[in-house]
Amino acid sequence: MNLVDEWGITLAVFLPLLGALAIALTPKGTEGIQKLLALGSTGAALVIGLMVAFAFEHGEPGLQFEKNLQWIPSIDANYHVGIDGISLPLIVLSLLVTFLCIVYAYRHIPEPGNTKAFLALILLLETGMNGSFIALDLILFFVFWELVLVPMYFLIGIWGGENRQYAAIKFFLYTLFGSVFMLLGFLALYFQSDPHTFDMVRLQGAGVLNLPIGLANLIFAGLALGFAVKVPMWPFHTWLPDAHTQAPTIGSVLLAAVMLKMGTYGFMRIAIPILPEPAQVFAPLIAILAAIAIVYGALCCLAQTNLKRMIAFSSVGHMGFVMLGIATLTPEGFNAAVFGMVAHGVVTGMLFFLAGSIKERYHSYEMPELAGMGLKIPRMAGLLAFCAIASLGLPGLAGFWGEVMALLSSYRPLEGLNLTVFRSAMVVGGIGTVLTAGYFLWMLQRVNMGKASEASLKHRYADVERLEYAAWVPLLALILVLGLYPRLIMDTTTSSVTRLTETVAGERAEVAQAAER
Amino acid sequence: MDVNLTALLPEIILAVVACGVMTIDLFLPKERRGAAFMFSVVGVLATLVAVLNLYGQNITTLGGMFVVDRFAVIFKIVFCVAALLVFAVSHAYLKEDGEIPHGEYFTMMMFALLGMLTIASSRDLIAIFVSIEMISIPSFVLAGIRKHDIRSNEAALKFFLFGVLSTALMLFGMSLFYGIAGATNLADISENLAGRTDIEEVSLLAILFLIVGFGFKVSAFPFQWWVPDTYEGAPIPVAAFLSVASKTAGFVGLFQVMFLALGSLAGTWRPMFGIIGVVTMTFGNLVALQQKQIVRLLAYSSIAQAGYMLVPLGVASATNTELNTTIVFAVVAYLLVYAFMETGAFASATAFSRRGGGYMVDDYAGMFARSPVLALAMSAFLLSLAGIFPFAGWWAKLVVFQALIEGGGLWLAIAMGINTVVALFFYSAVVKRMFFDRSEVTTAVTLPPVLAGAIGIAALVVVVGGVLPDLFGRLAQNSHFF
Repeated sequence: MNLVDEWGITLAVFLPLLGALAIALTPKGTEGIQKLLALGSTGAALVIGLMVAFAFEHGEPGLQFEKNLQWIPSIDANYHVGIDGISLPLIVLSLLVTFLCIVYAYRHIPEPGNTKAFLALILLLETGMNGSFIALDLILFFVFWELVLVPMYFLIGIWGGENRQYAAIKFFLYTLFGSVFMLLGFLALYFQSDPHTFDMVRLQGAGVLNLPIGLANLIFAGLALGFAVKVPMWPFHTWLPDAHTQAPTIGSVLLAAVMLKMGTYGFMRIAIPILPEPAQVFAPLIAILAAIAIVYGALCCLAQTNLKRMIAFSSVGHMGFVMLGIATLTPEGFNAAVFGMVAHGVVTGMLFFLAGSIKERYHSYEMPELAGMGLKIPRMAGLLAFCAIASLGLPGLAGFWGEVMALLSSYRPLEGLNLTVFRSAMVVGGIGTVLTAGYFLWMLQRVNMGKASEASLKHRYADVERLEYAAWVPLLALILVLGLYPRLIMDTTTSSVTRLTETVAGERAEVAQAAER
Repeated sequence: MDVNLTALLPEIILAVVACGVMTIDLFLPKERRGAAFMFSVVGVLATLVAVLNLYGQNITTLGGMFVVDRFAVIFKIVFCVAALLVFAVSHAYLKEDGEIPHGEYFTMMMFALLGMLTIASSRDLIAIFVSIEMISIPSFVLAGIRKHDIRSNEAALKFFLFGVLSTALMLFGMSLFYGIAGATNLADISENLAGRTDIEEVSLLAILFLIVGFGFKVSAFPFQWWVPDTYEGAPIPVAAFLSVASKTAGFVGLFQVMFLALGSLAGTWRPMFGIIGVVTMTFGNLVALQQKQIVRLLAYSSIAQAGYMLVPLGVASATNTELNTTIVFAVVAYLLVYAFMETGAFASATAFSRRGGGYMVDDYAGMFARSPVLALAMSAFLLSLAGIFPFAGWWAKLVVFQALIEGGGLWLAIAMGINTVVALFFYSAVVKRMFFDRSEVTTAVTLPPVLAGAIGIAALVVVVGGVLPDLFGRLAQNSHFF
């Protein structure tokens, strides 16, 4: 256990990287070994991640499994990692989803093949994603954040759909654009802190940052731009439908299930705790954008005939709920956000898996061509219905808690925030849930029911295969478990998010005291 | 005058070897002329050993004109290593070309290298000028060494005309400073200028002339017009040599003059560098977007890279030595990283231009399927130039950003940030060609072992330096420029 305590999270991050290196060194024509290596390294990382989760002291608000080593002394950047109740669910989600993706990849290496490169890139991607969730040093965080870009660029660009090149470059440029401003914000934080530091924990300490409010707002805007592109918040979302639609199935799953969360996590880990005052200035704006995203995402979904593109747009709406929760700056809101992130990861990841498998059979994402699926492949259709209903937020399934808690919390945001804005956002969000239900049910009606098209009548399609079950059952089970027993996540997060709110509210109290004096 | 031969040993060795190679080449039978490569490599290695031997020493000789300190030694190492890499690339290139005379080629490179070694140690306007000429004149010859090719002739002529004009203007600027300060030694100039308030106009003029000269060397806008044509016409290894070693030498000279002699006038030259830097990177990146030919693309990218290294001077301070130290650290670190990623990119371009490859970006289609290792290496260099982790370029950009923010140059930083995004577009376009496009040709591009070795070393440094940037960081920090 000692190894896990000391190095557990580090291993969970770097085992996939080792796996990627090992795969890169295997000779041609050893696909079996490459797949085993990928499965072994992600599996080992998952096991270690679960051991960490069990060793984790739930209910303890502070950081655990901390490790701080010198890395680049010439610019004061350290290898400082650690997790708390906010990061733990996300890193476990990342480990689990990547592992299941590798399982799925056993039979589904997309065109044009090249198993070796495909698997190595996914493992590299996993290192970047996991690393982002444990980094406690701004430069280290930035490095992991950037590490995600290159593998995803190649995954979309090589193994993607017809319009893959456009989607890949759009994704790359958008994210880099955001991250440049994020980096400038990090550097500004460094130079404004006394003593100079990139350490997230120390930056939160009292008296380390003494910023004039104008500059603080500017820095927050820079950070928020970087994170908002990743989330993506409306109006920075335009890369997402293209990237999601064109990416290979596994790429879409990872993109939706894990990578989007890096943005929202960035808000909760960096922007809000380090700059609590500007967070309160920007919170109403974020709430408004989130409300727009919810309705806008739903309206776009209603307009889609392409199943995968519809799921992609649904992410915009779901991430809108997460951002609405974050914007309230309350423990309930933050809880809703973390829960929403995990639920969206599990549900939407599952939906993308299904879309991929359906495309494999029907060679199309177009809903009119899929019509009548309930008769042709009933089990697949059933799973699609299950996940769609989970995604629209039916009580008892995972999607419910994140949405309803986000709406509830925006009724009573942190004291001092503009109530009108948040309550309007709540109402708009509520309308959004209705629209969400609308487009998912309409999708089910068009896909699962309806009259089968001429083309599909001529073919026989295999229903869900054993390997697909292997990759999906854990996610399906989680959808149910999280819906019935939300405390699984809440028990872990509550203490940490409460502390986060205290940081924000505490700042306000101090400012008020100073004003009185 | 005192003469310390230990301090001068690397230069002496190199000069002797260069003359020796030129002489021996005369007496070798035609089919054994390739021996010049071996002699030159051994000569530069011996020079490198002599340089390493001087690390950590502080020697001032030739009446204060010539100084050996950490800063000088670090750059001498960079020049020697870059030259060795370029030699290795040249070896493959000359074999393929078959008509370039080996003896002259390597001799000229070594003479240019000699100028680079002396510029790193120069602490005197005259020494700096002589060093720059020492670098320039062999470079003119090298650019035109493919005598049978009209583009090479054009390259040399353009380079020569621009070069002569700009060095003449620089000399004029130097003479003005001699008139103002009454000295050519940098430290003396600095001392004599301190506190003077009656020299604003004339020093502004003189600084402008100096900027013309150095701007030409480092290919800053608007003195960069020769770059694309010269790089395209010259042999590719020569283009690498110009864009790495010669440019670095320009920066070294620029630092010495600006910080050691004219530090007190920072208020005058600071805004010029800020503007030139931003315009240079913007111009380089925007034009690079349009390029179809790989060497021209690299040429414009190298212009843009010069812009990234110039902007930090735009926040320099006349009084704040700590800030200036950060600026020098940032640019030195950038130059160290740049030497490897740029040489690597040119080396890979040389490899791709061999039989079976091509010069156009379109020829790179499907290269990942054809020559996967080479395609991976080229991508690493290009993405490093773009500043993407895990390649060393990310860190080089980071320290420049850091210097800009510390100096309060937020707008410069934002301009550079936007440029970084624009640049990614054309760097990734090449990567895209290699990985995403398919091609009819399926044969691999041949890669001779010496060239493969050079690419391998550069790639190794770029990747290891990306993950553990302190390798460069410690070196740059130890340079103790001030």
